[in-house]
Amino acid sequence: MLKYSLPLLLLLLLAACRKDEPAAPFSGPFLPANFPAPAYDLALNPVTEDGFALGKKLFYERLLSRDTTIACADCHISYAAFSHPDHATSHGIDGLFGKRNAPAVQNMLWRTSFFWDGGVPNLDLVPLNAIQSPVEMDESPARVLEKLRAHPEYPAMFKKAFGSEEVNTARFLQALSQFMAMLVSANSPYDRFVRLEPGATLPAEALEGRDLFAQKCGTCHATDQFTDQTYRNNGILNDFTHDRGRNEVSTLPDDIGKFRVPSLRNLTATAPYMHNGKFKTLEAVLDHYAAGVKDSPTLDPLLRQPDGSLGIPLTADEKTKIIAFLKTLTDDDFLRDERFAE
Amino acid sequence: MQKFSFWYLTLLLAALVVPACKDKTDDELTGFGDVEIEFDNRAGDAALVFGTEYTNAAGEKVKFSTFNYFVSNFVLVKEDGTEYVVPKDSCYFLCKHDDLESREVVLKNVPAGDYTGLKFMIGIDSAKSVSPITERSGVLDPAAGANGMYWSWNAGYIFVKVEGTSPQAPVDPGTGENTFQYHTGLFGGYDSPTLNNLKTVSLETHHGDEPAKVRRTGGPHFHLYVDVLEMFSNPTNISVASNPTSHAGAYSKTVADNYADMFVLDHVHNP
Repeated sequence: MLKYSLPLLLLLLLAACRKDEPAAPFSGPFLPANFPAPAYDLALNPVTEDGFALGKKLFYERLLSRDTTIACADCHISYAAFSHPDHATSHGIDGLFGKRNAPAVQNMLWRTSFFWDGGVPNLDLVPLNAIQSPVEMDESPARVLEKLRAHPEYPAMFKKAFGSEEVNTARFLQALSQFMAMLVSANSPYDRFVRLEPGATLPAEALEGRDLFAQKCGTCHATDQFTDQTYRNNGILNDFTHDRGRNEVSTLPDDIGKFRVPSLRNLTATAPYMHNGKFKTLEAVLDHYAAGVKDSPTLDPLLRQPDGSLGIPLTADEKTKIIAFLKTLTDDDFLRDERFAE
Repeated sequence: MQKFSFWYLTLLLAALVVPACKDKTDDELTGFGDVEIEFDNRAGDAALVFGTEYTNAAGEKVKFSTFNYFVSNFVLVKEDGTEYVVPKDSCYFLCKHDDLESREVVLKNVPAGDYTGLKFMIGIDSAKSVSPITERSGVLDPAAGANGMYWSWNAGYIFVKVEGTSPQAPVDPGTGENTFQYHTGLFGGYDSPTLNNLKTVSLETHHGDEPAKVRRTGGPHFHLYVDVLEMFSNPTNISVASNPTSHAGAYSKTVADNYADMFVLDHVHNP
């Protein structure tokens, strides 16, 4: 009997100790009930408080750029759902402009591909693109690691996050992923409404807009991520020599002019819209779909009506209602979350 | 006492039998040996030297400044067709012309045997190309070993990288030099099928009439010639004047189809 009671006692003591500790203030990424299981394998890179803190510091770190002028956060700003508000395209290193609109960084865990052309399949590999881009940070990842190794704070932060001071590629990228994994936006009025949270309602106009949206926009902007994660030509241009979109990574002729269908979450904070930032307002976006679609060989078939006309038929009243619905996708908790701001 | 003598006897017997067994099967085809592969870069009939002028099949004068390639997934083939596949954790190599050591590849612990064929891939297979970042160390680390051999915007490795200058090539407005640049990759796409430029090289490995011999005491040394000028011809002549650059575009298929046969086995040394 004594044989068993000692370990039992120890176990009890341990449990008692645990009870005395305050509840851990850090919880990992918010995985909302109205989302499916994440596409990102969190088991390969569990989010910890120290990993998140390191990732956040790196996200705001200008050492990532060649001349220490540009951080991720310069074109991905927290209050704009980590997009670049009021910038059709963004100015990177040496004031150079990219050719595409800086996309929001939110709900990255559920994405199966990244960038407007889907050139990157895994969240961990995303930062390498911005670091190496000659118009963004123009730096070699190898030099970034050297700078971090020589930094007074980073080796200690790597130790806290990963167990030793070693700064290597996988740890650097996984820390950034841990920060981005936490950027979950799922507390908009729409989310609370679909999760049937007490007191959550949507205005009548938005509810009507929701039905119209489902009919007219929901095929591409599908699921509660509001994207089917495909690439489509939405008729924004009919000449893609400046930017061939998906074709630039796939080489397939059918992919010319196709870009990733973006999520519509926090739309009111992420203007301007489209891959080239062409439209400043939601009204302009809907006007485009109603009457501005341009024809080209790869134009999405959903934008060809049976009578031969292009676009999506929308009355003025329908546009108003759809916009009322889209405004319910703004998640103020996320946009103002102090854990994520600098 | 009786118990003791039984164990003593067993031990004694084992001590006698084990070495005997070993002697019996210990012919030269047991154990493991290392296979060395030397990648000897050439430009036509000459050894490749950076900065030296050569003539490509289109008749253009070319000088080289970069010649790097990934080779991977090595397989040794026996006469009866059975294969030894080099394990995944040690089958990726990056050969750089200006790093002699990187061009001396050693396949360790190959089972002893007579091998008549060697197969390998030019590039990095699709599974490895989409593997987690924690499984990309050494030459596969985008921020270390694979620095300059990885496309971050079209996530994947550059399989073969050839750069140089030619008076026939157009002037690069950035550098003011007449340059050509062929960066070839593309493993077939991670979600939808795209261009696949992976090539498999298949070579016969003989030393005279003998197969290549891997023995416990040592293994063969394969001396491969890698002719950079082969990239400019067969089946399609590539002109540095009309196609001075190729990256992840459709033209990369032409480049890859050409370089698929640039690896030849010059000779084998047996141990």
